[in-house]
Amino acid sequence: MAASSTNGFRVIGTRPIRHDGVDKVTGRAKYGADYAFPGMLHGKVLRSPHPHARIKSIKVDKALALPGVKAIVTAADLPELPDKMEAAGEQAVNLNHLSMNILARGKALYDGHPIAAVAATSPHIADEALRLIEVEYEVLPPVMTVEDAMKPGATILLPSLRNKEDGADKETNVAAHIQFKRGDVAEGFKQADYVIEREFKTAMVHQGYIEPHNAVGIYNADGHATIYCSTQGSFVVRGLSAVVLGISEGKIKVVPAEIGGGFGGKIPIYLEPLSVLLSMKTGHPVKMTMTRAEVLRATGPTSGSTIRCKMGATKDGKIVAAQCWLAYEAGAFPGSPVGSGAMTILAPYNIPNVLVDAYDVVVNRPKTAAYRAPGASNAAMASETVVDELAEKCGIDPLDMRLLNGVEEGTPQIVGPPFKRIGFKETLEAIKNSPHYQSRLTGANRGRGVASGFWFNVGLQSSAMVNLHTDGTVSVVIGSVDIGGTRAAQAMIAAEVLGVDINDVRPTIADTDSIGHTDVTAGSRTCFATGWAVYEAAQDCVRQLKERAARQWEKKPDEIVFENGTLSPAQPGGDIKPMSIKQIAPRLARTGGPIVGRATVNARSVGPAFASVCVDVEVDPDTGKTQILRATIAQDAGKAIHPSYVEGQMQGGMAQGLGWGLNEEYFYDDRGILRNTGLLDYRMPTCLDLPEIETAIVEVPTPGHPLGIRGVGEVSIVAPPAALANAIYHAVGVRMTELPMSPPRLLKAILKKRAAGEAQAAAAD
Amino acid sequence: MANKVIVETNINGDPVELLCEPRQSLLEVLRDVLELTGSKEGCLTGDCGACTVVIDGRPVCSCLMLGVEATGKKITTIEGLAAGASLHVLQQKFLENASLQCGICTPGFLMSAKALLDRNPNPTEAEIRYSLAGNLCRCTGYDKIVRAVTDAAAAMAGRGRPAHGTVPSETASGMAGEMLAKGEVK
Ligand code: FES
Ligand code: FES
Repeated sequence: MAASSTNGFRVIGTRPIRHDGVDKVTGRAKYGADYAFPGMLHGKVLRSPHPHARIKSIKVDKALALPGVKAIVTAADLPELPDKMEAAGEQAVNLNHLSMNILARGKALYDGHPIAAVAATSPHIADEALRLIEVEYEVLPPVMTVEDAMKPGATILLPSLRNKEDGADKETNVAAHIQFKRGDVAEGFKQADYVIEREFKTAMVHQGYIEPHNAVGIYNADGHATIYCSTQGSFVVRGLSAVVLGISEGKIKVVPAEIGGGFGGKIPIYLEPLSVLLSMKTGHPVKMTMTRAEVLRATGPTSGSTIRCKMGATKDGKIVAAQCWLAYEAGAFPGSPVGSGAMTILAPYNIPNVLVDAYDVVVNRPKTAAYRAPGASNAAMASETVVDELAEKCGIDPLDMRLLNGVEEGTPQIVGPPFKRIGFKETLEAIKNSPHYQSRLTGANRGRGVASGFWFNVGLQSSAMVNLHTDGTVSVVIGSVDIGGTRAAQAMIAAEVLGVDINDVRPTIADTDSIGHTDVTAGSRTCFATGWAVYEAAQDCVRQLKERAARQWEKKPDEIVFENGTLSPAQPGGDIKPMSIKQIAPRLARTGGPIVGRATVNARSVGPAFASVCVDVEVDPDTGKTQILRATIAQDAGKAIHPSYVEGQMQGGMAQGLGWGLNEEYFYDDRGILRNTGLLDYRMPTCLDLPEIETAIVEVPTPGHPLGIRGVGEVSIVAPPAALANAIYHAVGVRMTELPMSPPRLLKAILKKRAAGEAQAAAAD
Repeated sequence: MANKVIVETNINGDPVELLCEPRQSLLEVLRDVLELTGSKEGCLTGDCGACTVVIDGRPVCSCLMLGVEATGKKITTIEGLAAGASLHVLQQKFLENASLQCGICTPGFLMSAKALLDRNPNPTEAEIRYSLAGNLCRCTGYDKIVRAVTDAAAAMAGRGRPAHGTVPSETASGMAGEMLAKGEVK
């Protein structure tokens, strides 16, 4: 299935065993919750039972009197921070809001909002202490949906949010309004023979990493702090924790533990500054871990949304105009991914007339975090089902419809310069030629759907070091955490450049004191940008090796060639024998000292990613349950370094997208309390729910990148919900416009269609 | 009054005596008392399987059992899966198939798979999926995990492993697989 090739490469494109593998299959790998230190205390967080309430008082005396309780902190123990934006990973954060999400100040804004934190000698005592803290609340009406939040006269969450459009200055729950425009949509729709307009609703969903958040904070009497935690970005934890705590960044060292999944949800900080604050108060290391209920109530989810999408096409299938309106739940503080929803919703298509309006709306739900191609799956659910409907109206195969309108090299983007070389149409062709699409699907209540997804990917900053050891082995030191094969891919890049065996390379992930700044493992950037840094650091080693050889052979460095791990003079002759890395390594001390290759990058020429998917479903018309029969994904990886882990990203993202499409959903009751706070009720796909996910790796190299790598981590999640909706339509004839398409929702739609059919038949009689 | 109870049990082949509070789960005892942190906590409610250990031959969520209930039991944890310095064939096949991304679910999957293969050395793909349905993995989409277990069963029986990257119909999955086998879908 994997169409990746090793053309011209020795290591890249092969499938070696990952270097951290043995530790991870034997239980030896240390994740954040696995750390323990002498004298360590355990911290727990008291959370608001109300979605919206004024905090009138917090009394801690009874809790403090419980034997074993060592300290209790509230927002009063943290500096109050200014209303100011600062970059953190894929998203910018407002410092005031950041701090207020760590510990509520004045108001609780969602069910689960942290109110206080306790440190005690055991987690059980800390739990008991939470029950003894007395908080007096004035309960306020919750605002749970974007519709309610946007109504005139709506209850306001954050008085500091102002609407200044049209010269006004009013309180609002709308944190931002973004608009993109091209051409003239009114004119465009006039040219259309068919116009489809639909309104979509998608539910709030969680990233669902299996490892809950964790942190161990150790504050020393000399003012230095160390944080051990599972995070996607150790430098983000350092920077933001320093801001929240009001200490300087250089006083914090973050040691990234192994991370048990993140998908964007482990970019923000939650427990990290609290563990340090409690350590400051007690003088002990303090470990904090969340329960699953805390994870669901108070971390990560991505926005639910309301999206209106109208598209028009001519009879021959050309899409001539599109107008979209998107409103995303930001959660309690601004910062939903509605901007990327707006930028991705039409990105795969070359449409001359476009108008997109997008609204970032605060509601009494947890502050949303990035989730794999943030905002794009919601948007694609809308646009990719409308494109499917247009294809049907025009009588064109849905893949051909996409090929006809799809973007390619040179197509102007709606925002930004024209596309460079991209692989969108290649993914469509790969689906078209896949055994899956080529097969015939027969049987009642079965249908096939396709859809495509776009994601920007990011570049950002990475640092890398490559050390040559005296036995000729190599260590690669990076600051990107390994969330799914990162070490293996980075080691492969170094092995490729240096011509050494993959097993002679040891990759290491360093703490924030031991490597240069490295941005988050997110945005599909790690293999692309950190890989680029490792490539350059390895080249730096090669340059130094050439200098050594040149000195020994009394030549100039440019008279030396380095090939397959061996140095030799460009002009053979004399009695000079080529030298391998293994031969030169033991002699480093005598030829000028150690060799350390170094590089930093601030990668800008990012290649956007495309994926197209195909799913077959069977719907049970009596229950509304959808069974996925077959699923295939084709994705452009630029250059697949380790194809197994590229497939893994494709399969994993697709599995999440299928769960999002069929099942996953936050249930809030009418008081704004989250009712499904466990993994039985927040039901993610199990291996019984999913078929094998077939993969086709497409390789269209990213221009400018030395290896042509394109980020692969995110785009796989974008298209699956829409593909499912299209498949369900082709199975039972109903167009689903709400996510998830769970059995009750689908059954309702089927029954409605049946009733309409019967009414029509009765009228005809 | 003493709060703690002495528990005598057997872990990974060795007799173990330990002290724990009656309210501590077996998972907490393994991780916090015995420092066997290979068993992971994902939920504490029996829904994710990350804490799976094998007790007297059966896979058990160690978060759903109290430490004091371990008395007299034979417990195998992920730390006891490899035979000394050599990996269990399941561990080897997980590595070869790239069956882990973040790896947090891996110990639980390995223990569930071990319990399966110990009682059914030649499971069908449907049986594998059924037996692993109590373990959640959010990273992989399960495909490579199921392949690894299939491979391990084949290797233990001395059969060759199915070629990587092909989709023989009998390994196509779950209900879909059965339908394929019956010729219901193509
Ligand atoms: S931690 Fe035991 S099943 Fe999740
Ligand atoms: S590999 Fe991450 S949860 Fe399974």
